[in-house]
Amino acid sequence: MTLTAMIAKMSEGLGRTCAIFFLTLLFSLPLGLLVALMRMSKNKVLSSVTSACISVLRGTPLMLQLIAVAYGPFYLFGYTLLVKEKLLAIIIAFSLNYAAYFAEIYRGGIESMPVGQYEAAHVLGYSKHQTFMRIIMPQVVKRILPSVTNEVITLVKDTSLAFTLAYMEMFSIGKQIANSQSSFLPFVIAGVFYYVMNMIVAFVMSRCEKALSYYR
Amino acid sequence: MNILKIAHCRKQFDGKEVLSDISLTVDEGQVVSIIGPSGSGKSTLLRCATLLETMDGGALRYLGKSAVRDENGRAVYASHAELKEIRTCFGLVFQNFNLFPHYSVLKNITEAPMLIQKRNKAEVYETARDLLKKMGLADREDAYPYQLSGGQQQRVSIARALAMKPKMLFFDEPTSALDPELTGEILKVIRDLAAEHMTMVIVTHEMAFARDVSDHVLFMDGGVIVEQGNPEDIINNPSQERTIQFLSRFN
Ligand SMILES: Nc1ncnc2c1ncn2[C@@H]1O[C@H](COP(=O)(O)OP(=O)(O)O)[C@@H](O)[C@H]1O
Ligand SMILES: [Mg+2]
Repeated sequence: MTLTAMIAKMSEGLGRTCAIFFLTLLFSLPLGLLVALMRMSKNKVLSSVTSACISVLRGTPLMLQLIAVAYGPFYLFGYTLLVKEKLLAIIIAFSLNYAAYFAEIYRGGIESMPVGQYEAAHVLGYSKHQTFMRIIMPQVVKRILPSVTNEVITLVKDTSLAFTLAYMEMFSIGKQIANSQSSFLPFVIAGVFYYVMNMIVAFVMSRCEKALSYYR
Repeated sequence: MNILKIAHCRKQFDGKEVLSDISLTVDEGQVVSIIGPSGSGKSTLLRCATLLETMDGGALRYLGKSAVRDENGRAVYASHAELKEIRTCFGLVFQNFNLFPHYSVLKNITEAPMLIQKRNKAEVYETARDLLKKMGLADREDAYPYQLSGGQQQRVSIARALAMKPKMLFFDEPTSALDPELTGEILKVIRDLAAEHMTMVIVTHEMAFARDVSDHVLFMDGGVIVEQGNPEDIINNPSQERTIQFLSRFN
């Protein structure tokens, strides 16, 4: 198999790699905010349960969580995942895991806001919701952007974990080629792919940071 | 008609009494200054009056409307909707400005009148620009807070409060976060407001200013009003030992 043939074959999996990436971001970013708000809730039960879930999701490997979501239904209800449900399982596991990380980032950002911002808005008559959406959140987004960038870069690399479920994204295809051709080359190609994707991520995120640099 | 009436206000923090039986009435057009050592409860009193802090006992009224009433020594707050209405009566200027850093000067001033009071955009912008002109900041409406000096930021925050057309303004040490050479510009703005008969309650450590600008001065210490009266009397001829001691530090 030639190098170009390998690249062409692995490129076919890039769509799936991107699907994992974008769908995970789509669900985990809002879910993370919801989880952060639950974590900061005045309701002690809600906040402790949420805190425990975050702790488990961050304290165990994503690979185990993937396996749990994919094979858990079999051990619990004797239900075997259909092939077309693999992506769903991956997105559920990834979204929960990343939501846990994002939740802690949101929480750090929200808790770092000076209380004076809330008080100024309160005296002017802003409701809690208006204060959060208009005054707090926009500033939080700016504060947490560097930490979010780190997580997004990790997510690009983590998409390779889908090979655990033999979901044929770019890395799994590469691994298959490596086995059948007894070649190390597919891993080099995969490395280049991930590196290029992360260059793009870094570029996009630095653009976002620039867009928010009009104030301090 | 009095604008603000606080009666027998009590406030504790962790069992420690920070305000004990404070009563204060402010009439329309009156300027009241509150002086006193740090930790005496001046900010807490202002925060109770502006509904940022809940008082434990006592009553609070604006324009005769009850925000807090006393029931057997316990403070009972009015409904959410009533408090929202009452909040439009006053503005508060903070020691450290608390401008919204992600908003331009103009948006800092115009958002609340449009969003909260649902006032017409053209009218609000006109009001805001008039206020900025009055504050000597006509050319800075597109600036962001970080681009302004402390004195300019404080003037924007005064404009932000005034844009809501409050019946009265509270100031909590409006010059304490400023370099000494910038305090003058803020004191001048407040003097101008006094000349226009704006009703104000000002916590300050600027004794000469308090004496010149106010109609009434309160000296607080340890959560009580130790002495109050006409500014000349309190600041030039205090009668209480604690007041004399406190003022001697300023001469
Ligand atoms: N949120 C709070 N929790 C506990 N104690 C407080 C709080 N705010 C103020 N205090 C205490 O109340 C007292 C009065 O404080 P403050 O009203 O800020 O005084 P001043 O403004 O006159 O310097 C001080 O002893 C202060 O430590
Ligand atoms: Mg104070």
